[in-house]
Amino acid sequence: MNIVTSNAMPVIRAVSLVLAHVPSLVRLGSKPLRVLREVEQPIDYLRPHLRDWNAARAYAPHQVFIGNVSVDELAARPLPWHRHPVAEAGRFGPDGEIMPEDEFLGLLATCDGFDLLALTGEVADRARSTLDAHPVVGRESGRPTVPVGVGTAVLDERIARHRALPLVGVDGRLLGAMLPGHDEDDTLTGQVLLENLACKATAALALRHLLARPGAIAATDVRYVINCGEEAVGDRYQRGGGNVAKAVAEWAGCARATGSDVKAFCSGPMHALMLAGALVRSAMFDDVVVVAGGSLAKLGMKFQGHVKRAMPIVEDVLAGFAVHVARDDGVSPVLRLDAIGRHEVASGSAPLAVMKALYSEPLGRVGLTLLDVDRFSLELHNPEATEPAGSGNVPLNNYRTLASLAVVEKLIAREGIDDFVRARGMPGFAPTQGHIASAIPYLGHARRGLTEGRLTRTMFAGKGSLFLGRMTQLPDGLSLVLERNGARPGMA
Amino acid sequence: MELRGKKVIALGERDGVPGPAVAECAKRAGAEVVLTLTACYV
Repeated sequence: MNIVTSNAMPVIRAVSLVLAHVPSLVRLGSKPLRVLREVEQPIDYLRPHLRDWNAARAYAPHQVFIGNVSVDELAARPLPWHRHPVAEAGRFGPDGEIMPEDEFLGLLATCDGFDLLALTGEVADRARSTLDAHPVVGRESGRPTVPVGVGTAVLDERIARHRALPLVGVDGRLLGAMLPGHDEDDTLTGQVLLENLACKATAALALRHLLARPGAIAATDVRYVINCGEEAVGDRYQRGGGNVAKAVAEWAGCARATGSDVKAFCSGPMHALMLAGALVRSAMFDDVVVVAGGSLAKLGMKFQGHVKRAMPIVEDVLAGFAVHVARDDGVSPVLRLDAIGRHEVASGSAPLAVMKALYSEPLGRVGLTLLDVDRFSLELHNPEATEPAGSGNVPLNNYRTLASLAVVEKLIAREGIDDFVRARGMPGFAPTQGHIASAIPYLGHARRGLTEGRLTRTMFAGKGSLFLGRMTQLPDGLSLVLERNGARPGMA
Repeated sequence: MELRGKKVIALGERDGVPGPAVAECAKRAGAEVVLTLTACYV
């Protein structure tokens, strides 16, 4: 029986998480572009460290991302993960898929409503034939067709005379080119538009996966979409003022939806989920979808460390996700809007003060402690991507700080820190895709654990580096509690 | 370390100790903080 009242807490009805393996685009990440500026053929330099799709598909963190491998199984796997592929790794998982590059290039082209991205005939034909047979974004999904490709002479002219951005394959061959959107607008260059298009395409792929689930909401029943990807879509007069949400909704066939973008660097998804929940609880909309696409600029961000260690560049995937927030169905995990943790302006930036604001304060508000949470999902960046570059194990650092808070609050003994981290944390498994790596990748696992599994309560927290934009020295953070439906001690 | 009367550049890290927290410690130790920055490595 459905429990539908305007006062009921909203639920997380469905989650999708997708990856697109794009080794050719690693060259166009911000760091490789800057570092390899003086290298004549950057792709030749990168090639020995670029993985093929089979290796990317069998990479254990990616299999966790799409839900085929659990976080506990990952913790038990031998290291390094890049040398221990998952046997019989699937392309599809319960949460989404790992799309190969030749199909993703076609998907990018279908998302381009201005004919700025052109692929060669061969690349376009290959993409069309494989993408048309895709179970979720195939021809029958109603998406735009993959445009007919063009000759290399046309591409060469666009690159030479019209400042188009060349897309060069791992094998060195030209795949296509991205024209600027305007002759004199630095916010509409081929590079910027490709980044925005990649964000749109991965978000759109995730949304179609969400809508393809058994029992999923019909596309036309989605009434509001919130995008929390980090790309600044706009033009020279309003840099970043645009709206990816509606573009994604349009592509995915959500004809009755409108939407908007919510930004707070890596804490954007937490804000977006909170707002989606509030819109549902207020009865403004019955069904809200939160989406985010990936960050092309962050591809290869730590590539120098990977090259130095003679390992594959593991930042070779774009990520995307979609979450359906709906009215209480009596089954799906409850999003407790009475236990939102917020980093306030006056919260300060000392690590324990931040942790207190995000974790113990909201839990205490509803009569809970850190020990009432089965699993915490924090920054989930894959340490195999960050440690070779000297950036440390970000999830582990955050889990240890959280465990220290439990010690300060006399919930555990100092000797219990390792056990706390092991039992209530998890290894990082997300690609370094900024906002997406911030807590979100565990959402699919949590949803299963809170419905079919043994979890009672999980907590998600995202931190945003607001200071990067040079408008404030403050960080940001927001946390959410997800709970098994019907298990609600402390409900306000 | 004696910080009284010294000029300090406070460099912090988001997932470690952020710049403003470093700066606050330095100020309380008598230093003059001339620049505060926080890095995010992910």
